[in-house]
Amino acid sequence: MYKEILQSIDNIQVWPVVSFVIFFLFFLILLGWAITVDKIFIRHMSEMPLDDGTNPLKNTNPSIS
Amino acid sequence: MELERIHYDNKIVKFFIFATVTFGLVGMTVGLLAAIQLFYPLFNFDLQYTSFGRIRPLHTNAIIFAFVGNAMFAGVYYSMQRLLKTRMFSDTLSWVHFWGWQSIILSAAITLPLGFTTSKEYAELEWPIDIAIAVVWVIFGWNMIGTILRRREKHMYVAIWFYIATFVTVAVLHIVNSFEMPVSLFKSYSWYAGVQDALVQWWYGHNAVAFFLTTPYLGMMYYFLPKAANRPVYSYRLSIIHFWSLIFIYIWAGPHHLLYTALPDWAQSLGVVFSIMLIAPSWGGMLNGLLTLRGAWDKVSEEPVLKFFVVAVTAYGMATLEGPLLALKNVNAIAHFTDWIIAHVHVGGLGWNGFMIFGMLYWVVPRMWNTKIYSTKLANLHFWLGTLGIIFYALPMYTAGVVQSLMWKEFNSDGFLTYQNFLETTTKIIPLYMLRAVGGALYLSGVIIMTYNLIKTAYAGKFIANEEADVAPMVKAANTDGYWHHVLESKPILFTSLALVAILIGGAIEMVPTFLIKSNIPTIASVKPYTPLEIHGRDIYIREGCVGCHSQMVRPFRSEVQRYDPKNGEYSKAGEYVYDHPFLWGSKRTGPDLHRVGRKYADSWHYRHMLAPSEVSNGSIMPSYPWLFEQTIDRSTTVPKINALRKIGVPYEAGYEYRANEDLDAQAAKIAEGLKMEGYEVLPETEIVALIAYLQRLGSDIKAEKTIEVNK
Repeated sequence: MYKEILQSIDNIQVWPVVSFVIFFLFFLILLGWAITVDKIFIRHMSEMPLDDGTNPLKNTNPSIS
Repeated sequence: MELERIHYDNKIVKFFIFATVTFGLVGMTVGLLAAIQLFYPLFNFDLQYTSFGRIRPLHTNAIIFAFVGNAMFAGVYYSMQRLLKTRMFSDTLSWVHFWGWQSIILSAAITLPLGFTTSKEYAELEWPIDIAIAVVWVIFGWNMIGTILRRREKHMYVAIWFYIATFVTVAVLHIVNSFEMPVSLFKSYSWYAGVQDALVQWWYGHNAVAFFLTTPYLGMMYYFLPKAANRPVYSYRLSIIHFWSLIFIYIWAGPHHLLYTALPDWAQSLGVVFSIMLIAPSWGGMLNGLLTLRGAWDKVSEEPVLKFFVVAVTAYGMATLEGPLLALKNVNAIAHFTDWIIAHVHVGGLGWNGFMIFGMLYWVVPRMWNTKIYSTKLANLHFWLGTLGIIFYALPMYTAGVVQSLMWKEFNSDGFLTYQNFLETTTKIIPLYMLRAVGGALYLSGVIIMTYNLIKTAYAGKFIANEEADVAPMVKAANTDGYWHHVLESKPILFTSLALVAILIGGAIEMVPTFLIKSNIPTIASVKPYTPLEIHGRDIYIREGCVGCHSQMVRPFRSEVQRYDPKNGEYSKAGEYVYDHPFLWGSKRTGPDLHRVGRKYADSWHYRHMLAPSEVSNGSIMPSYPWLFEQTIDRSTTVPKINALRKIGVPYEAGYEYRANEDLDAQAAKIAEGLKMEGYEVLPETEIVALIAYLQRLGSDIKAEKTIEVNK
């Protein structure tokens, strides 16, 4: 049955190839970027939650215990 | 550089927290009631508003949209302002969002017990509320994108990406799955039918778990876990890969909810493959969370906040390994329709969402009230009660699932089912249902303690409605570093569009063939539209939430065919559902499948059974439905019902709506007469007559004639 469903779509044979190429390229570029990206940028990004500009003296920063 | 003084809005966060805790208590109490009803049917109170079929969706909606939803908004509003170094875009939009969402919850709490439901899981609310959800959701997104656009931080932290993906995807899911044809103010029929409806629904259902319960909480994990541990996330690089691979892959996996059903094979296989692939990003995210605590594990033993986070992230890892394994066809054959799935979702719900929320609340509340937590001891007690609660909930349910499933499939040496009577397999697991309620009660008691602790904390401190911050203004320099992803992170609109494309590719490839299925499905000539009386009966079936406990999908297994259709040996075929708006395949068998129940028992059996199930089947845990014998069907709705169904493709001939009530009366009179001959006096216009008509019709078309496959 699935053959009939799929055959009814025009140029269906291109779909899997296109999806695969999109996927593969995207992840390849992403992976390449993630590996080569500037360390300083990464450090800046990963420390973002820790610095929100609030003043620990004015807004006391309590610990739970 | 000169710093700018700004104020973060804590008041909106406070209100969302208040709603979170309130609806958490309500939703879990309703859940506990549902758990008790399953071993003590007396707790259905013989009232239509409190019977299990209506209580279950009330529980799931309260937990998902009220408890987890409000906590999501609290977490997003708190972290987004601080990550983007700006107040929310518009206080007015924030408040419209808050009150809009609470009024949706209120209308859900009223309409679900009243029986106004579409019956599609986690999308039960009727069409006017669906529209309200879409509007409020867009307001939330508008406020969010506005905030992003006026940020003072050039790049968007990974948590913000998860929030963006949440917004766009939930919008798409909700709109596509909510296409329905209104009949009246609180009644509609799903636009899609049968197999098509099932695929759309589980594309929605699966991705609602992904983008309502997972991605926003991953964003919150990436913010609150580093905050609580006071150290940056283990690998920011990994978080980037985590994000893109998760949103790319998740959207494809929906069909794994429909394995071995009448869904076409290719779609089932697609679901399986992508589910297995999902292990990689999920575990990447879990490890990233846990490894953030490297060198800080000593803190975990001291800080309840971190304890909650560690268990939450571990539960996330467990549930996301279990999910793909459940998506394997051989595992699914055993687990589907059983309590195993209930265990699975509660590891995710109680463990991941619940514990993330509790950790966040214990961290945020003392800070917003500028004080310390009232009692660390009580927080620790909550942690242990919650953890034990999860264990006492999940273990009995795993056992129940496996035990019952194996009993369903057991054959004796003569080749017959060992447990031919479904009820035997239910009564066997009742002690486990009791144990599960103990687990739920433990978990709930922890939340009550938390509520007390948080209230005491708030009273001890002073609320900071507008938290001061000194931040550097945004430098609007051109992006010269050349990294494409840097550019992406600094262009939120482009980023949002790409995230949308990522989820649409998967959605489209899954859906496009589905929308074409109707003309391609092997039609079964003997399958005819429902009669007017059967339509009314079906709507009663939907109203009472029968689908919560009864599937209508006999899978192609020898054990199921022999149990449900021993005479004809027919499993369920796609062509049998072409007039089912909505589909009623169900996802759980607390009672037996009903797809072949038509003409299996006498009308009088159904009559007695609906009135007092335990008197007909000794030990049955099904609620009684006495009101069906008093309430009459509303004949005036027949015309709009037929019209609505015709508009969405059911071939009632023109003008039939005006003759429909004659047919209805004739069929009802015949059933009432038959019942009278067996000694049961019943008015033909009562609801029970319509329900019997529907039940007797179920799956009987295929018995009537030999299957004819057109389009061959």
